[in-house]
Amino acid sequence: MIEILISASFWAAVLRIASPLIFATMGELICERAGVLNLGIEGIMVIGAFAGWMAVYLGLPLWGGVAVAFGAGALFGLLHGVLVVPFGLSQHVVGLGVTLLATATAYFAYRLALPQVTSPPKIVPFQVWEVPVLSKIPLLGPALFAQTPLTYAAFACAGLVAFVLYRTPLGLALRAAGENPAALEAQGVSVTGVRIGAVMVGSGLMAVGGSFLTLSAFSSFFFEMVNGRGWICIALVVFGAWRPGKAVLGALLFAGFDALQIRLQQTPMGAVVPYQLFLMLPYVFSILALVVMSRRAQVPAALMVPYTKGER
Amino acid sequence: MSLAQSGAEIVLRLDQITKRFGRLVANDAISLTLHRGEVLALLGENGAGKTTLMNILFGHYLADEGSVTAFGQPLPAGQPKAALAAGIGMVHQHFTLADQLTVLENITLGTESLWSLGRGRAAALAKVQGLSRDFGLAVDPLARIADLSVGERQRVEILKALYRDARILILDEPTAVLTPQEAEALFQTLRLATARGLSVIFISHKLHEVMGHSDTCVVLRHGRVVGQVATRDTDRRALAALMVGAEMTEATVAPGVPGPVRLSLTGVRAGPLRDLTLELRAGTITGLAGVSGNGQAALADLIGGALGPEAGEMRVDGAPVSRWTPRAALAAGVGRIPEDRHKTGTVADFTLAENAVLETYAQRFSKLGFIDWAAVRSHAMGLIAGYDVRCPGPEARIRLLSGGNMQKLILGRVMEETPGILIANQPVRGLDVGAIAYVHGRLVAARDAGAAVLLISEDLDEVMGLSDVIHVISEGRLSPAFARGALSQGELGLWMAGQGFEDAA
Repeated sequence: MIEILISASFWAAVLRIASPLIFATMGELICERAGVLNLGIEGIMVIGAFAGWMAVYLGLPLWGGVAVAFGAGALFGLLHGVLVVPFGLSQHVVGLGVTLLATATAYFAYRLALPQVTSPPKIVPFQVWEVPVLSKIPLLGPALFAQTPLTYAAFACAGLVAFVLYRTPLGLALRAAGENPAALEAQGVSVTGVRIGAVMVGSGLMAVGGSFLTLSAFSSFFFEMVNGRGWICIALVVFGAWRPGKAVLGALLFAGFDALQIRLQQTPMGAVVPYQLFLMLPYVFSILALVVMSRRAQVPAALMVPYTKGER
Repeated sequence: MSLAQSGAEIVLRLDQITKRFGRLVANDAISLTLHRGEVLALLGENGAGKTTLMNILFGHYLADEGSVTAFGQPLPAGQPKAALAAGIGMVHQHFTLADQLTVLENITLGTESLWSLGRGRAAALAKVQGLSRDFGLAVDPLARIADLSVGERQRVEILKALYRDARILILDEPTAVLTPQEAEALFQTLRLATARGLSVIFISHKLHEVMGHSDTCVVLRHGRVVGQVATRDTDRRALAALMVGAEMTEATVAPGVPGPVRLSLTGVRAGPLRDLTLELRAGTITGLAGVSGNGQAALADLIGGALGPEAGEMRVDGAPVSRWTPRAALAAGVGRIPEDRHKTGTVADFTLAENAVLETYAQRFSKLGFIDWAAVRSHAMGLIAGYDVRCPGPEARIRLLSGGNMQKLILGRVMEETPGILIANQPVRGLDVGAIAYVHGRLVAARDAGAAVLLISEDLDEVMGLSDVIHVISEGRLSPAFARGALSQGELGLWMAGQGFEDAA
């Protein structure tokens, strides 16, 4: 156990596993901070994984694939936003609908584009980029600074989200939309505009999180590859008490348990204990952590409350 | 010399403002002017049209007729943004603050371009601190709103207006939520503001505030301006008379025949109620007059069993009560006509029949633990016929009924149980004339049948017209009992304004 925890490869894996979670968690966090629960996250990650991969498969550069994924996510975000913000429909129902629609669209388009394949075709994914100098630090270097560019981007993205939320007028307006939309509208800012914008950008980030799976972690797209990561991210937002920093911490914690369980399976203990128990580990610890951490969390006051102008 | 005579610049002019809601004329050709440095008090009972007028001024409502001119420029109607830009700042009765954001964030919200990269926080902080100091508005700019007291939140609202360089401050019942000390601090702030050339309109129905802190006083009644006077040239009595109307209403109902005391409270303290002593007699309507929010709701809850007495003695039919719960109250024969028929009187999406048995289904309409729907239905049919409820039938959802018909069903539901004690809290609020007469007739009939009726109302005419005995409630205190006709409307108005109580300031 100790050996695992002090190996650079373990920590490198933690960061790698956390990357898609961080993107998607930031996306969900933006949506919820603006007052919109986005249960479309799971499907939007699937469409992101597919669209990013397809774009690269068809010849776009890798970053082009990321951009396409973001655009596809934003498009589904627009659909979700329009249905729940101006029309005020149930955010649960619309979100689950978006998940089903986006997932099915991705699978359908995949089958349509590649009807014959039996084994998923591959692309050349993002390669590890070692940060000069820093990656030479013993232990820390190979763990933190020998990652693919998308992992660096995930952490940069979390920093950017925190900066925008807390340091810019835009972030202030976004948080106000999730706390007391009437206060925002009274100051002449459109709540509808802010909320739809937040859902689109947030959904874009979720899709980028999905695309990490096909463009960085694996080199092909296959069904069920998102595998509940979206739902985990919703829990991570709560775990992080709707704060970017704490949410990143939660993602790292979850990723840590995930990386650990894979490695524990290969120890002598793995020969005796059924591997399903190891698979359960990250989820069990996540639930425990969630219970402890989220008890005093401040939910955005207007989360899931549709805003109608002129109503009190 | 008053400001109006001194030739001070006119900063705001309302001209012939008229606003109708359906058939109700909330504002009827109201005109007024506000001068630089003036504090204008807008005085009137609830429903007189004060808040409507200010909402028109601020652009929340669109006036049907009339115009607003601010600093010589006509103000486009229905645009809060234009009012803000013209230098009008409004402090609503219900604050528009985001609880989880800091004071500074709430103040600066919407004042900067959304796309700028920084928030200019240091400059904003300095400006807020400067305003805080200049206007005596002590509040920590970095505190979260959720951690602030109500008084502090109001200061944030005022700072918000000042931060936007408001030259005219409008405050809607600013002291309704404040302690006396906080209210005093608020008026000091307003004095500082007018000394700097700002102008203030504040809405109130508290006479002592108006007398103590305004230059001019405009009295509204039933949507009309019934008086505009320089505060120094008037007194409380004259204002009270203007506010409630000089005309006396004769009691049109024959007096009841008082029976034994059904319920008595001696020195009871509960929630906001202080040292309450009250007797409800059979065959008597006891009227409770007062400005809303002075403890009426707590008193109704106390008698209805939702609020237990914390101190003092409560007796029902002479016997002291120990555990006082809604169920115990029902068992003791207390019937309620709730203040808010939508919120606590009915379940909107239930049918008439279901609503008709909300309080009695377990006792009277169940067999072996199952609801006897046939009995419920026939009971509802009986109520519909007996109380003239106009509706498609007992299976109709109650949300579809007009207020009057909904109230008739509630009335029937209560009356059918022949309550010994009946609490009627605002029983005719929002009803049309016909329904009002019907409800009043039924209340009198219940009294004549021997019920002890407590009529809670903000409408003095209603209280004076129906009651055999009148109490006035103010800030949780109850006046002595006055016999019908013992006090004029003006005198009752003074009690309502808090005068006459032993510990009155």
